[in-house]
Amino acid sequence: MFFLKEVKYKDILSIKKLHIPKNKITCIVGKSGSGKTTLLKLLNKMIPYDHGEIFYNHKLLNDVNSVELRRKVIMLPQVPAIFPGSIRENLLIGLKFSQKPFVGDSQLLNILETIHLNKDLEEDCKNLSGGEKQRVSLGRVLLLNPEVLLLDEPSSALDEDTEHIMIQSLVGYTKKHHKTMIMVTHSKRIVTHFADEIITIANTITKREV
Amino acid sequence: MDKVIDLQLYQIIASYIFIAILLFIVKIRGISREKEILISAVRMTLQLILTGYILVYLFNNTHPLYTIIILMIMEIFSIYNIFKRTKMKLSLSLKKIIAVSMLFGTLSSLVYFLLVVVHISPWYDPRYFIPIAGMLIGNSMTGISLGVTKLIDEMHSQKHLIESALMLGATPKMASKEIVDRSFDSAVLPTINSMLGIGIVFLPGMMTGQILSGISPLTAIKYQIAIMLGILGSVSLTVILFVQLGYKTFFNNDDQLIIDE
Repeated sequence: MFFLKEVKYKDILSIKKLHIPKNKITCIVGKSGSGKTTLLKLLNKMIPYDHGEIFYNHKLLNDVNSVELRRKVIMLPQVPAIFPGSIRENLLIGLKFSQKPFVGDSQLLNILETIHLNKDLEEDCKNLSGGEKQRVSLGRVLLLNPEVLLLDEPSSALDEDTEHIMIQSLVGYTKKHHKTMIMVTHSKRIVTHFADEIITIANTITKREV
Repeated sequence: MDKVIDLQLYQIIASYIFIAILLFIVKIRGISREKEILISAVRMTLQLILTGYILVYLFNNTHPLYTIIILMIMEIFSIYNIFKRTKMKLSLSLKKIIAVSMLFGTLSSLVYFLLVVVHISPWYDPRYFIPIAGMLIGNSMTGISLGVTKLIDEMHSQKHLIESALMLGATPKMASKEIVDRSFDSAVLPTINSMLGIGIVFLPGMMTGQILSGISPLTAIKYQIAIMLGILGSVSLTVILFVQLGYKTFFNNDDQLIIDE
């Protein structure tokens, strides 16, 4: 799915060769500040790389339109982005941004179930807790039905139990719909339970299959 | 109508005494602003004396070139003033856009206003051209300054939301739409508000001037109405150009947000 060759980004990241497979759950681990988020941002062309080549489905990223790419390869940032408005508006805003048709309330309620959020669609997002905001922004991403999910510590604001349930349903969703998931995480539990592939970012990038 | 009272030197001096009293009060109250008050009063006096003589000269020796030179000086000074007034660092591309928006916005409004609305003849008649150009350029300058500040400020403070919108597949235009709208609002609202207060809360400067010089208030309001619409048009046009072009300088060709941390 993704193939990186001799990629350099400032003095943060230097990758000789890296392959991220399709339809798998890939976990990216490593110390804080090692460049995990940077790697995700390179994959959906949020930041320019100084050197090297990145391929997505055998196409060089430089030749792909950034906006088109980001509509297929969607990234969920670590700090959830909550726009002013209700839960419904926050869920739908992704569809608005990627110019996809809006969906009805029944589908939105399904999404709330997937993300385990027991709230009214009308509720104002500014009253939600950190963990709830994180789940809303995750629900928004799922509605977009992306080919690839880039998740930057999607469960950092959740307690361990909620985290496990959440990631489990995300992994279920990914497998069922033949998606690809690339997830930065600090949680050993998540890695041992769910990862198909693990990328460790240190001075050298290593990858192993589980 | 009575003849205008031409202020004598002693009358001007009397108005300075007024400021001297103010300075004294400021001094004993311990507000440390004497220097600024003094400098601004002196600077204002010198600038106006100079302007008075220049205008007299221009009115007696009308020439299209003179009018154009004055217009260019006003434009350059106002653009420079916008750069100086903005507290944040301006990128070169944003500076260019400010200059282009100011020039295009104010000049097209000015041409329309002078030639279609007032239709002055000859077109370069400095008695109309210079004061009206001054009002359009001055107000547009204030408007665009507010817009620039708001745009840069929000692009930085809302960086996370813009980035998140991009990650959700938004184009830069969609991602910054709210900010662009708010920048336009903050630039144009003062002009709109001043239109609401006009005539009730205060008499605008141009109208006051015309009335003081013996012109019928009915003539004065006609000019004032026209100039207010001209100002609104010029401010809006300038700011629309600025925000529509300005937000793009925060993105590169790969639709990536380029803001230094």
